[in-house]
Amino acid sequence: MRGITNIGVRLRPFALIAILLILWEIAARRQSAHLLPGPWGVVHGIADLAQHGLLVKYIVASLFRVTWGFLLAAILAIPLGLTIGWYRRAEMALNPILQVLRPISPLAWIPIAILWFGVGDLAAIFLIFLGSFLPLLLTAINAARSVPAVYVNAGRNFGLGPVRLVYQVFYPAVVPQLIVGLRITLGVAWLVVVAAEMIAVNSGLGFLIIDARNAGNRYDLVVAGMVIIGVIGLLLDMGMRSLEKVRSFRWGYSED
Amino acid sequence: MSVAEAVLASSLKTKLRVDHVSMVFKRGGKSTPVLEDINLEVKDGEFVCLLGPSGCGKTTLLNAMGGFLSPTSGEIRADAEIVHGPDPRRIFVFQERGVFPWLTVEGNIGFGLFKLPRAEKEKRIAYYIKMVGLEGFEKAYPPELSGGMKQRLEVARALAVNPDMLFLDEPFGALDSITRLVMRGELLRIWETERKTIIFVTHDIDEAVQLADRVVVMSARPATIRQIVNIDIPHPRDISSARYLELRDSIFKQIGLAQKK
Amino acid sequence: MNSLAEPRKWEKLFWPILASALLLALWHCSVVWTATKIFPSPRDVERGLAELLRHHVLWNDIGDSLRRVSVGFGTAALIGIPLGLVLGWYPAANQVVNPVMQILRPISPIAWIPIAIILFGVGDRAAMFLIFLGAFFPIVVACINGVSNVPSVFRRAGRNFGLTPVQLLAKVVFPAALPQILVGLRIALGIAWLVVVAAEMIAVDSGLGYLVIDSRNSGKRYDLVVAAILLIGVIGLLLDFGFRRLEKLRSVRWGFRNES
Repeated sequence: MRGITNIGVRLRPFALIAILLILWEIAARRQSAHLLPGPWGVVHGIADLAQHGLLVKYIVASLFRVTWGFLLAAILAIPLGLTIGWYRRAEMALNPILQVLRPISPLAWIPIAILWFGVGDLAAIFLIFLGSFLPLLLTAINAARSVPAVYVNAGRNFGLGPVRLVYQVFYPAVVPQLIVGLRITLGVAWLVVVAAEMIAVNSGLGFLIIDARNAGNRYDLVVAGMVIIGVIGLLLDMGMRSLEKVRSFRWGYSED
Repeated sequence: MSVAEAVLASSLKTKLRVDHVSMVFKRGGKSTPVLEDINLEVKDGEFVCLLGPSGCGKTTLLNAMGGFLSPTSGEIRADAEIVHGPDPRRIFVFQERGVFPWLTVEGNIGFGLFKLPRAEKEKRIAYYIKMVGLEGFEKAYPPELSGGMKQRLEVARALAVNPDMLFLDEPFGALDSITRLVMRGELLRIWETERKTIIFVTHDIDEAVQLADRVVVMSARPATIRQIVNIDIPHPRDISSARYLELRDSIFKQIGLAQKK
Repeated sequence: MNSLAEPRKWEKLFWPILASALLLALWHCSVVWTATKIFPSPRDVERGLAELLRHHVLWNDIGDSLRRVSVGFGTAALIGIPLGLVLGWYPAANQVVNPVMQILRPISPIAWIPIAIILFGVGDRAAMFLIFLGAFFPIVVACINGVSNVPSVFRRAGRNFGLTPVQLLAKVVFPAALPQILVGLRIALGIAWLVVVAAEMIAVDSGLGYLVIDSRNSGKRYDLVVAAILLIGVIGLLLDFGFRRLEKLRSVRWGFRNES
């Protein structure tokens, strides 16, 4: 740290971004074909989208699908996973099936999604549901299995009935792990929606990217779409991280 | 046991009775005997230490008394009824620190008081916070407390439900030696004011002799009771007195024999 | 944590087989009851799988997918591990690079497809580039965390014995961080396997992902679609399993080396 002023330290996070943006602009100007836009072109692209009202419309379309697919998956997978995790034999029975289904890219289900739901919102929501369901199920199973027996024993010792035991001991004990799982899975859902929209629907940010390329090689809009995807993904992640900071959940994370 | 003591002892009510209890663990087709024919009677208000080498099965016995394990044969009776499961009248204070990290100090102490009206609940919480000296930490979460404070919190949580009996499983094992000495004093003070029956598992001979009315010396696995030693020194105990050293040394010899076997 | 007694030996096989059989039966019955002409029953999928195995296309497709994953993932590991180690070692450097990674990371690798096609054209290299992107960030993040989680006692002990910074990195920090790095690599391999299938559905015309989309587009052969999906699952599971074995092998070897 010696020799670097306070301001220097504070500017550090922006230094590389600035350098990369400048390099990108120079590279974009020097290429002969002018296919790829520079940062300035991308800003213009975003402004263009905003003017036509597409920006908000596509963002809403993508968020709508993610919300529904993700929520449905969470509502079904978490109680199911906790139950499976609680019963050792249920976990034994289902584990091989889950392990085979897990490495299948949710996108591989696209043909089946279209067969069942047709091209449209439902197919995309189904894909996001699939992409979120398995990770959440596995997280919930692990969370339930790793509840220390002391906590459950202590709860029983104080004479708690099954219902109280679940919501006063079991539930608070699994929440920290569930939140981490939800955050990671939301990231996955956000990856899936973009890919699903490139194939299965005709609106949303994924569609924007593929459409801008196919209809007229508007690469400024392609990159604009990517930037927006990145920023929204980052915001979603930050939102979930702020949940991890809630005081009564924080015990589950590293104590530093 | 002198005649006078025997008369006194029999006049007290039997609180807990362990009758020919054996325990065999089966894992992967192999069966390991852990407890062998344990017989023990604990009087109301008595402080009993279970003392034995590590892994001898004293924690298993305590778990069986608490109702978390059922014995392979024999039976355990508390207040003359057979123990079938854990009960709020008999609270177990866990070795691994069973305080709930997601609750504050208040929340933990109030955990077992869900049947009480709010005002009564708050009164009890305040009383036990004061008793174990955690004033000022009511809203703190366990990760913010020191090891000794967490241990006192767990004892307070147990006392708050006003149990007849406390099971303590090496509760001070993880504490530094100074805190451990302080905690022993605290526990004795609490025991003398509240007069609970206490069963205390330890592998520390000094701890057992400093605390207990009777020390149950156990053998290595499969555990049997080698000897029950009466500690006939009134509290506060002088740990340099001749009687103290004599009793301690006799247990030392017992344990030495227990390990040779 | 469980509420019942220790399961016996036979149960380890019995319950999974029972659950799988029930699932297959349920699948079969729902196909029969709904009288669907399009969606295949388990028998159809089995026949589809046999058909794929007879034609040699399948082996080419599997080979193509695996080749893309190994090149993309390998490159990501080759660049990502050293970069992650350095960034974990110098927090100042991490402060500079971290914001860029935080913005690039949430962009779906799939969203790079148009860019990948401009840069590399339709073909293997575009797919490999996408896999590289998908695997790179998890690897770098795992290395950074691995290094910064190395207890400072280890570093101090190393310095105490007079190790140079390079020796410290190679002999102390890397082995100490290795378990976490391996976990990161395994997760990245999983992601690479997800991305290759998606990339093959869009950007190339071979591989298991292409098999899925092609079976649908040319003649609605949904039996082949489902067969290919199951194959993707099984191969992904095998990759994961293989990597877990590697984790064990490696950690054992490091363990021995540390002792000698």
